[in-house]
Amino acid sequence: MEEIKPQLIKITFDGIEVEVEPGTTIMQAARKIAEADESQGHLVPPAMCYYKPLPTSGGKCRACLVRVAQGSAKDPRPMPKLVPSCITQVQEGMVVENTTNPAVLDTRKSIVEFLLINHPLDCPVCDQAGECHLQDFSFEHGSAKTRYEEERRTFEKIDIGPFVQLHMTRCILCYRCVYTADQITNNRVHGVMNRGDASEISTYIEKAIDNDFSGNVIDVCPVGALTDKTYRFKSRVWFSKPVDAHCDCEKCSGNVTLWYRGDEVIRVTARKNTWGEVNEFICNTCRFERKKTSDWTIEGPTKVKRSSVISANKYRADVIKKPDFALKLSATQFKPIDDTREYTTDIDTVRHQSIENNDKANHRSLLSRNN
Amino acid sequence: MAKKILTEHINVPGIETFEVYRKQGGYTAVEKAIKTMTPEEVVEEAKKSGIRGRGGAGFPMGMKWGFLAKPEGVPRYLVCNADESEPGTFKDHHLMKCIPHLLIEGMIVSSFALGANKSFIYVRGELMYVIRILEKAIEEAKANGFLGKNILGSGYDLELVVQPGGGAYICGEETALLESLEGKRGNPRNKPPFPAVKGLYQSPTVVNNVESISNMPWVINNGGDAYAAIGIGRSTGTKLISASGHIQKPGVYEIELGVSVDEFLNSDEYCGGIRKGHHLKALVAGGSSVPILPAHLITKTAAGEDRLMSYESLSDGGFATGTMLGSGGFIVFDETACIVRNTWNFSRFYHHESCGQCSPCREGTGWMEKVLHRIEHGHGSMHDIDLLVDVAKKIEGNTICPLGDAAAWPVASAIRHFREEFEWHITNPHEATQPGAVFMGAVLA
Repeated sequence: MEEIKPQLIKITFDGIEVEVEPGTTIMQAARKIAEADESQGHLVPPAMCYYKPLPTSGGKCRACLVRVAQGSAKDPRPMPKLVPSCITQVQEGMVVENTTNPAVLDTRKSIVEFLLINHPLDCPVCDQAGECHLQDFSFEHGSAKTRYEEERRTFEKIDIGPFVQLHMTRCILCYRCVYTADQITNNRVHGVMNRGDASEISTYIEKAIDNDFSGNVIDVCPVGALTDKTYRFKSRVWFSKPVDAHCDCEKCSGNVTLWYRGDEVIRVTARKNTWGEVNEFICNTCRFERKKTSDWTIEGPTKVKRSSVISANKYRADVIKKPDFALKLSATQFKPIDDTREYTTDIDTVRHQSIENNDKANHRSLLSRNN
Repeated sequence: MAKKILTEHINVPGIETFEVYRKQGGYTAVEKAIKTMTPEEVVEEAKKSGIRGRGGAGFPMGMKWGFLAKPEGVPRYLVCNADESEPGTFKDHHLMKCIPHLLIEGMIVSSFALGANKSFIYVRGELMYVIRILEKAIEEAKANGFLGKNILGSGYDLELVVQPGGGAYICGEETALLESLEGKRGNPRNKPPFPAVKGLYQSPTVVNNVESISNMPWVINNGGDAYAAIGIGRSTGTKLISASGHIQKPGVYEIELGVSVDEFLNSDEYCGGIRKGHHLKALVAGGSSVPILPAHLITKTAAGEDRLMSYESLSDGGFATGTMLGSGGFIVFDETACIVRNTWNFSRFYHHESCGQCSPCREGTGWMEKVLHRIEHGHGSMHDIDLLVDVAKKIEGNTICPLGDAAAWPVASAIRHFREEFEWHITNPHEATQPGAVFMGAVLA
C-alpha cells in the first residue's frame, strides 16, 4: 500500500520560510531551521520547561514566547498576546516573529529576571554550572544587574533517595521532573506542593524516591536543583571529557555518555541531543553503579553540543551570535527604560554611597523606634 | 422599582424549600424546556438573550454554548463555577444560600440544552454550609422528579454533583477548576485546546458562573428577546452587584444594567451614598482584579458622559481612564482609605493565590508585594514606583491564565491614578507609617 504523506505546512519564522508537518509546534519548526543551517541556531526560542521527550510538558516558563504576526493564511489576523512557541501548533501561512520583534526580546529579558529573582546564583559551587540552561538563558538574554532588593526564598536541601539530592532553592519549577516521574516510572513518586513562589518539588512526607529510573530527573533538570550525589563536588563540567559508550543492560538501552576526569569515570549521564534533551532515558544501575571503564564499550568522544561550555569560547561575547537588531537594542534602548539609579564601578564612590544609604536606613529605623 | 430577575422571590419565607419555590413559579422553565423545546431551541434562546458571563470576563454565554464540540459517543459536561473567591465579590454565595433551587433549575435547563447527563457544581470549599443547602435542594428536586433518570418522562437523565473546592482562588479559573475537579492540583491549563473541545476528562465542557446559569429559568420562561430588552446595548439583563466598603448600605443588589453609577452609589434604593461626613475617594467597580478608579472618573467618563453600570460604559476609555464591570464586586473607598495599603493588600492576596506554575506570575506577584510592603512601611524609594509599573507590565499578558493580569492591573492602575500618594509615602516615611495616616492630597502637600 502506498503511504500517504501528510500535506506539509509552510510557515515563516523570522523571515525564513520552512515547511513542516501538520501538528508541529513553532519551536520544532524553529529547531528544524537551525538543524538545517547551524548558523541560525540563535533564532531558536529558549526552552526552560519544554522537553520534547516528555509529552504535555511546556508552556510554563514563558521563556519561549513569540509573536505571531499572522495567524494563518486563512485568518491573517495577528494573535493578540505573545504565544508560547513550545506548545503552539503551526498553521498554514503563519508568520512568527522571534528575534525580529522588540516586544518578544523585551519580554524574554523580563522572564530571565523573574526566574533569577529567587535563584541563589550560587553557580560557583553548583554542579550544574556549565551545562545549566538557566545560565545559558540568562547569559544570552538577561542583564548583568538585578533590580531585586528583597530576600530570596530558600529551602533546606533534601535527600530524595540514595542517589539524588534536591536543592529546591535553585529550582525554577519547570515541572520536567514531575513529568518524568509521571511518565517513565511506574508510580507518581513526587509532585509539587504549596502555591506560588512557596511551591516546591517534593515527595510525600520526604519519602525516598526508589525506582530504577529515578536518576533521570537529574538529566531533565535544567538547573542544579536535582543533582547526582555520586558526582557531587567531584569536578566541574568543563574539566571532564565526555565519551560515548554503551553496555548490555537488561533494563535500559545502555547508551550513555561517560564523563572522564583523567582515567576515572566520574559521572554517567544519558546522551543528549543538540537541544539538551535526553535521547534515551537510562536506568539507575548504568547511571550510578557502572563507574569503571571495564563496564563499558567505548564508542568514541562525544560530539560536543551547542549548549556545552566544553565547546571552546562559549562565553566570549564576540563569539555569541546575536542579531544586529538585538545588539542595537541592548546598547541603546534597554538601559534607560526603568532604572534611574546610577551604577558606578569606582570603589570609593560605591563605598561612599553605601555609607550614605546605611545612614538613611539607620535614620529611618530610629524614627520608627521613636514612635 | 427596577426589574428583578434573580432576587424577585428571594425574601419569600421558606424559598429554600422545594414547595415554596415551586409555588412561586419554580421549575416551570424545566417543564417548558424539556416538554416543549429541543436543546437547540434552548441554546438559541440563550443566544438571543445576549446574556454575558457573570463571572468576570463577560463573554456571551450563548456563544460559549455554541462553541461546544459535539463528537459522537463522547459525554459532554456542564460545570457551574461557584468558586467565588474574588475579594469584594459575594453575590453567588448570597444567591446559593438564599435561593438554591434557582441554580438547580438553571443547571437542569442548561444541561438539557448542552446535552450533558452529568453536571457539576464546584463550590468554594469554605462554603460548606452552602454545599449542604445545595445538596438538600438537589435531593428535593430528585424526589419530585426534576432530577435523576427520565426527567418528567422525557427520557432525559441528569445527575447533579456538588463538589467542594480545596480553597484556592485559582480554582475559579475555568481550566484550573476542571483540573481540580478531576482530582489534580489546580493548575490552569494551556489554551488551546479550550474546554469547549477538551475540558473535563478530556471531553467537551462548558463552565458557567452561578449567576449566568441562574438567569436561564427566566430566559426560558419569558424568552430570550424579553431578556435582551432589559439592560442597555450589549449589556443585557440584570446583574448582581456586591457592594462593600465605605457606603451606607453594603450588600448584594440586583440592578438593571445601564443604571448610572451615580444612582447606584447615592440613591437610597441601592448603596445609599458614602458614609456620613466623608467623601468618595476611589472605587473598585468589579472585584479586586479590575483597575481602581479615582473620584473624578467614577460618575463621569473622561469624555464627560455619565458612567453607567454596564460592561461598555465602565470600560470606556480603556485602562487609562476606565475599568471593568468584572464580577460586580463594588468596593467603595472614602478619603480615610490609604491607596498604598489597599494596593499592598490586594497584591498580598494575589501573591498568596498565585498557583506558581508560570514564572511571570509566580515570581512577579511576590516581587510586587514585597516592594509595596516596603513602600507602605516607609522604606521605599522613588525608583520603586517605576519598578512596580514595569513589573506589572511584564506580568500582564504573559501568563497562562488571567490571574497574572488580575494581579498586575490593580497595581498599575493605582500608580496611574494615585502616583502622588505613593510618592508621599516615599518622601514622608515618618508621617506615612503613623497609624491611620492617609495622604490628604494637595491640601497638606
